[in-house]
Amino acid sequence: MGTPTSGAEGLRSIPALLHRNAKTLADKPAYREKEFGIWQSWTWSEAETEIENLALGLLNLGVAEGDFIAIIGRNRPYMYWGMVAAQMVGAIPVPLYNDAVAEEMAYVLDHCGARFVIVSDQEQVDKVIEVQENLHQFEHLIYLDPRGLRKYDHTRLHQYSHIQEQGHAARDELTPELRRREAKLDYDSTCVMLYTSGTTGKPKGVVLSNRNVIESAKSSSEFDDLRQTDDILAYLPMAWVGDFIFSVGQSYWTGFCTNCPESGETMQTDLREIGPTYFFAPPRVFETQLTQVMIRMEDAGNFKRRMFHYFMDHAKRVGPALLDGKSVGLWDRLKYNLGEVLVYGPLKNTLGFSRVRVGYTAGEAIGPEIFEFYRSLGINLKQLYGQTEATVFITAQPDGQVRSDTVGVPSPGVEIRIAENGEVFYRSPGVFVEYYKNAESTADTKDAEGWVATGDAGFIEPDTGHLRIIDRAKDVGKMADGSMFAPKYVENKLKFYPNILEAVVFGNGRDECTAFINIDLSAVGNWAERNNIAYASYQELAGHPQVLATIQAHVEEVNRSVAQDEMLSGCQVHRFVVLHKELDADDGELTRTRKVRRRIIEEKYDDIIAALYDGSDKVSTVTEVTYEDGRKGSISATLEVRSAETRVAAQKMAAE
Amino acid sequence: MLDQSDGYVTEDGRKIGSVVMEMKNITLRFGGVEAIKNISFDIREGEIRAIIGPNGAGKSSMLNVISGFYVPQDGEVWYRGERRAPMRPYEVARQGIARTFQNIALFEGMSVLDNVMTGRLTKMKSGLFGQAIWKGKAEAEEVANREVAEKIIDFLEIQSIRKTPVARLPYGLKKRVELARALASQPKILLLDEPMAGMNVEEKEDMSRFILDVNDEFGTTIALIEHDMGVVMDLSDRVVVMDYGKKIGDGTPDEVRANQDVIDAYLGVSHD
Repeated sequence: MGTPTSGAEGLRSIPALLHRNAKTLADKPAYREKEFGIWQSWTWSEAETEIENLALGLLNLGVAEGDFIAIIGRNRPYMYWGMVAAQMVGAIPVPLYNDAVAEEMAYVLDHCGARFVIVSDQEQVDKVIEVQENLHQFEHLIYLDPRGLRKYDHTRLHQYSHIQEQGHAARDELTPELRRREAKLDYDSTCVMLYTSGTTGKPKGVVLSNRNVIESAKSSSEFDDLRQTDDILAYLPMAWVGDFIFSVGQSYWTGFCTNCPESGETMQTDLREIGPTYFFAPPRVFETQLTQVMIRMEDAGNFKRRMFHYFMDHAKRVGPALLDGKSVGLWDRLKYNLGEVLVYGPLKNTLGFSRVRVGYTAGEAIGPEIFEFYRSLGINLKQLYGQTEATVFITAQPDGQVRSDTVGVPSPGVEIRIAENGEVFYRSPGVFVEYYKNAESTADTKDAEGWVATGDAGFIEPDTGHLRIIDRAKDVGKMADGSMFAPKYVENKLKFYPNILEAVVFGNGRDECTAFINIDLSAVGNWAERNNIAYASYQELAGHPQVLATIQAHVEEVNRSVAQDEMLSGCQVHRFVVLHKELDADDGELTRTRKVRRRIIEEKYDDIIAALYDGSDKVSTVTEVTYEDGRKGSISATLEVRSAETRVAAQKMAAE
Repeated sequence: MLDQSDGYVTEDGRKIGSVVMEMKNITLRFGGVEAIKNISFDIREGEIRAIIGPNGAGKSSMLNVISGFYVPQDGEVWYRGERRAPMRPYEVARQGIARTFQNIALFEGMSVLDNVMTGRLTKMKSGLFGQAIWKGKAEAEEVANREVAEKIIDFLEIQSIRKTPVARLPYGLKKRVELARALASQPKILLLDEPMAGMNVEEKEDMSRFILDVNDEFGTTIALIEHDMGVVMDLSDRVVVMDYGKKIGDGTPDEVRANQDVIDAYLGVSHD
C-alpha cells in the first residue's frame, strides 16, 4: 500500500482520512494500548466504528457545530477518538494538559467556552467539578473510567461507553445529520485548537485549520519517508502540538499505528515492548536515559564495564559516519559489527530503540555528547525546530546532514527570513489561522503577508544553509557595557553536564552575569552514594561543599568555552548559587513543557539575585512551594554564594 | 438468631445490607491470659467495619478469630446464617474471606504478578498433573485467573511493578501488593490488619482511596484494624472499640467519638 501523494479532493479533514484508512487499510492496526498486561489493538475499521459511535453519541447529547470540546487525559486511544469524533460533528477539539491544576484548567475552559468536556478519570472529573461554577458555558462532562464515580451526581456526567451505546442505538436517525456535518468539513475548517504553554502571560489558543494539519503531516511524512508499517509510541502530552501532528496528523495521513502506554510509569517497559520505528522525545528524555545507562554501567562488573567503554569509544569514532553513509575502513567496519552484536544491539534493545528508523528531538538544545551517543549506536536521531504556530515544522535535519548545533534546513514548503535584530521569521502552509479571541496578539505575531515571528534569535549558516538558534529573541539583551547577553546559550552549556538539571542566567543590563543552578538529583545522588556521602534531603545534597565544588568546576569550564566566542564572551558566569529546591511547573517557575519562566523566577527569588550582586557570600531565604494536590508550604534555607573564575575574552586578549 | 433486618443507607447513599457475620460472646484465652473477653458484634453486608483500640487491646486476636486462625474457647461465630464449626484457615478462605497481615507476609522472591496469582489458588481446580503439562483446562484456567489478577493490578495501579520481585519494593507498595493478593480471591469479606501502619500521609491517602474504591466497586465487605484514628473515622461506617480485651464501644464514628469510655481509653485517663 503506497502513500497517497496529494491532499486530493475529499481528503480535506481528519474524518475523511479516517474513512479512507478504514476502507484501504481496514484490517491494519490503527491503535494499540496496553491494558491488563496485554497489548489490545484496534484496526482502522474498528477505530472508525468506535469513533462514529462516539460522534453519534455527541450528536445525541446536543453538540452543535462550532462548539468546543475539551479533552483531558493521558494518551489513550479513547481520548484520540474523542478528538476525531468532535471533528466529525463539526465541533473543535481542545486537548488540555492533564497534569494542569484546576485553576489553570479553568482559564482555558472558560476562554474557549467549552460546552463539553471529555476526561479520563475521577481525578480529572474532580478538577472540572471544582471549577465548573465559573464556567457558564460548560454543560456536560464525559468520563472514560467509571471507577470511584458511582456516587457522583449524574445529571451532567456521562460515561464514555454509554454515550457510544446511545449513539449506536440512535444511528438510523442521526447518521444523515452526521454525514451532512462531515461533508461540510473542508481545508479551511478548524481542525484543532491548542493552547500554548506560555512562557509569559496567559496561554493563547492557537487555531489550526485542516489545511495546516494535513499539509504539514503530508510534507513531513514525505520528508522522512514515513510508511504505513511504522509504529510510534504516544506518550507526550496530548495538548502539545507535536503529539497531535505525530499521533493524529501523520498517523492518519500515512496510516501508521499509534501505540499508547499502559500508564505514565510503565513508559520505558512499553517502549521496549513496542520498539517504535518513529520516535520523538525532548532532549530531557534522552538525557535521563543516558544518565541511567551510565549509572548502571558504573554498577556493572569490571569485564562488562570495560567492554562497554571499549566498544562505545569505537562507536563514537565511526558510528556517526556509518549512519551518514560515509566510507569507513573495513577493519573499523568489522569491529563496529562485533560491537553491534556485543554492546550496541543489546543496549538499543534495552532502551527500546532497536527498530527506530527516524528519531527526533526538539524543544531545547541537546548536549553534543548525548546526541553523539545515540547516533554512534546507529540510531538515526535528528533535530527539528518548530512551534505550535507553525503546526510543528519550521526546519528539520535531512538524513546525512545531522549535527548537534544546528536545527536543520527549512522543511518542505517553509520559507525562512532573518530580521535585522536576528529574529527568525517563517511562512508556510502550516502557519496558524489565529489566536482565538485575541486579534491583537495575532497581529503582533503574524503580518499581512503571512510571515510569523518565532520569537527566537538565530542565523543561517552560509555554507550549509542550516539554521542555528541562539536564544529567545526577547531574552537576548545587552550587558551594561553594550555587549550581547544571551542567557540560554550559557544555560544550555551548563545543562549539558549530567549533574546540572536546570540553570538560569541573569545579567541583562548589568556588569556581569550570575546564575541559579539546580542539581540533577539522580546523577548527583548516585555520585554521593558511590562516594559514601550521606544526605537527608535534596536541600542538604544541593548545599554539600563537595557538590558546590563540582558545580563550580563545571561553571568555570563553561566560562572557558564561552570566552572563546567573541560575541558572547561577556556572558561568563561570575557568581552563582545552587538552589535549595528544584524549579517546578507546579510553582509556576517552569512551563508545563518545562521551559524556564525567567520573569517569574526573577521576581520570586529577588532576594537571592540581590545577594548575587551585592558581594555577600551567604543568603537566607524562604520559598513558597506548591504540592501536587495544590496545598502550599514553605522551605527556608541558607545558600552559599560562590564566585567562579572567568577568562578575558579571546579578541581582547589578542589586543593586549 | 440472626438479625435479618434489611440494613440501612449511609449518608453518602451506599446501601448496607443485612448481617453477614456475627460474633456471639467470644472469649479467647492463651493459657491464663484472656485476650478477648465475652465480645459480641456483627458485620453487615457491604459495610466498612473498623476494630480499634490501644496496643494490646486484642484487635489482632479478634481478626484472627474471624479469619479462623484462632478458635475461641467460648462463643460462636455465625457466617451467612450458619454457625461456623472450627476450621482450617484455607477452608475459611474458600468461604470467601481474605486477609492481609500486620507484618507483610508476601513471597519476597516472587514477582508482584506471581504473588497476586497465588491469591487465585482457591479458585484453581485443575490437578497437579494438568498444571504440569499445561494443556487444555489448566491453560484456560490460568488465562482466566491471569485476567482477574491483571484487573486487580490495574485497579491498584501497580502495573509498573508487575514483574518486579517483591523484595525490591518499598514498604508502602508491598502493602498494596498484599491488598492485591487478598483481592485476587475475590473475597466477600476482606480483613485488613493495620493497612496503614508505617505509612506516610500520602501513602495513607492512597490506601484509604483504594479501600473505599474496593468497597464501592466490588461491594466487598471490609473489616479493618487500624491505629490511625483520623483514617478510621473517615473510612468506616461503624466502629467497635476494644480495650484490655473488652468491648467498650460500638457504633458510628460520631457515636464512638462521643463515648466517654472510648475517650478515657485513648487519652489514658483511667490508666494513669
